Amino acid sequence: MSKRIGIEVSLAVSEAVKLANTDVVAAYPITPQTHIVEHLSELVADGSLDAAYIPVESEHSAMSSCIGSSAAGARTFTATSSQGLALMNEMLFIAPVLRTPIVLAIANRALSAPINIWNDHSDIMSVRDAGWICLFAENGQEATDLTLLAFRIGEDPAVSLPVSVNIDGFTLSHFIEPILLPEQAEVDKFLPPYKPSLQLDIKKPISIGLLGGPECYTESRKAADNILESSKVVVKKAFDEFAAVFGRQYHVVESYRTEDADTIVVLMGSIAETAMTAVDEYRQQSEHKVGLVRLRLWRPFPAAELLESLGKAKNVAVIDRHMVLGSPSGPLGLEIKSLLYSSPLRPKVTNFQLGLGGRDVTRDDFKYIFDRAASDEAQARCELVGVYE
Amino acid sequence: MKKPRADVLQKVSDLPLGFTAQPGSTVAFKTGDWRSVRPILDREKCIYCGFCYYYCPEGIYQDMGKDEKWYKADLDYCKGCGICAQECPKKAITMTLEEV
Repeated sequence: MSKRIGIEVSLAVSEAVKLANTDVVAAYPITPQTHIVEHLSELVADGSLDAAYIPVESEHSAMSSCIGSSAAGARTFTATSSQGLALMNEMLFIAPVLRTPIVLAIANRALSAPINIWNDHSDIMSVRDAGWICLFAENGQEATDLTLLAFRIGEDPAVSLPVSVNIDGFTLSHFIEPILLPEQAEVDKFLPPYKPSLQLDIKKPISIGLLGGPECYTESRKAADNILESSKVVVKKAFDEFAAVFGRQYHVVESYRTEDADTIVVLMGSIAETAMTAVDEYRQQSEHKVGLVRLRLWRPFPAAELLESLGKAKNVAVIDRHMVLGSPSGPLGLEIKSLLYSSPLRPKVTNFQLGLGGRDVTRDDFKYIFDRAASDEAQARCELVGVYE
Repeated sequence: MKKPRADVLQKVSDLPLGFTAQPGSTVAFKTGDWRSVRPILDREKCIYCGFCYYYCPEGIYQDMGKDEKWYKADLDYCKGCGICAQECPKKAITMTLEEV
């Protein structure tokens, strides 16, 4: 049986990486992700994790090393945040097309400028088109569980793709939570040793990382899109298998009090916990029925599941924790609007940006959003909530 | 919709996992059609010094041996850079425009 212990979420993620019997960790420290790789370096140094720890000179090298080690057939992990993810950019777009499974924990943090070490989603959103499977954690338990799941999903022979586990920086990464850490035997049952679909082998040499001209570039992108889209089936299957072993059932989209809701808020990450409290309080004080939908899976985009979850709501309020400069919508807002435009019900969609660079997202913010989403007032652009101007 | 050209394009389903290739694939990849000019050797002027053979960055020149005493260009791979013509001490090689 798993033991419930009080542990910092970053360390719990590291313990999950250890329980996964990871072969290679190539990483560079950056706040607020540092504790994850720092603890892993300790686990490797004291011999409790038999892995190669590569202390690289930059995040670009970290991701390059990860692609190489994954291609060599090693179970591979790295972690980063913000500017570190930005520095990985070039390699992030290469890993999925080369079909190299890598687990990347991102302690989400705002991008510069100005320099800001606190939480929002601007780092992952700026590389959302790279072709990775992207999971978002709500709390420490999920961060731990999704780390194990990420190995299982990414290494599935039908997938063979890199997976990012998004963990809100500080809000999750630096909090001490009661977390059920699984037993090694349970993890071994859920996560068998990695059998690569594609492996560099001296006896059977292949070239990897090739030129693809006009005659095949389009087709190679289509192949990458096909495999990412089809990975959703494996994600769901892995969630079910995880539940069978550990008893915690996850879904690609989670709903809270949406059955009779007129207005549904859509969001990702840890602010969902505040949002659930806000939904409960609002329902006690108002006739206006509100609910919450949270994406655990961001890529591939769970379109069908969202359509089902949003049901017959009249108003959909989408929350983004990233500002797309020069655009009328945030990234999630764009996707939801695009999804619902062709829906026959076509609810009213409003889009809000908040919680940027570590600014608190409060229950009052949600109350404002519930009111605003159901009002007759038109919204030309995504609204930046709480901006002082 | 315009029909894709099956003679030059690669099908999505035919692409190898991870976009890899077997080694030695450049043997089958004839780069000679990138060329806009081709080297023409005047064997009357050639002194069999081997400069073209040594300077060619693509290694397309083949030593025809002591009896024949000349170097033959493999035009399947010559990209027409003209280094051989530039370096030839007897100006025995001229770069001639490819006619389409």
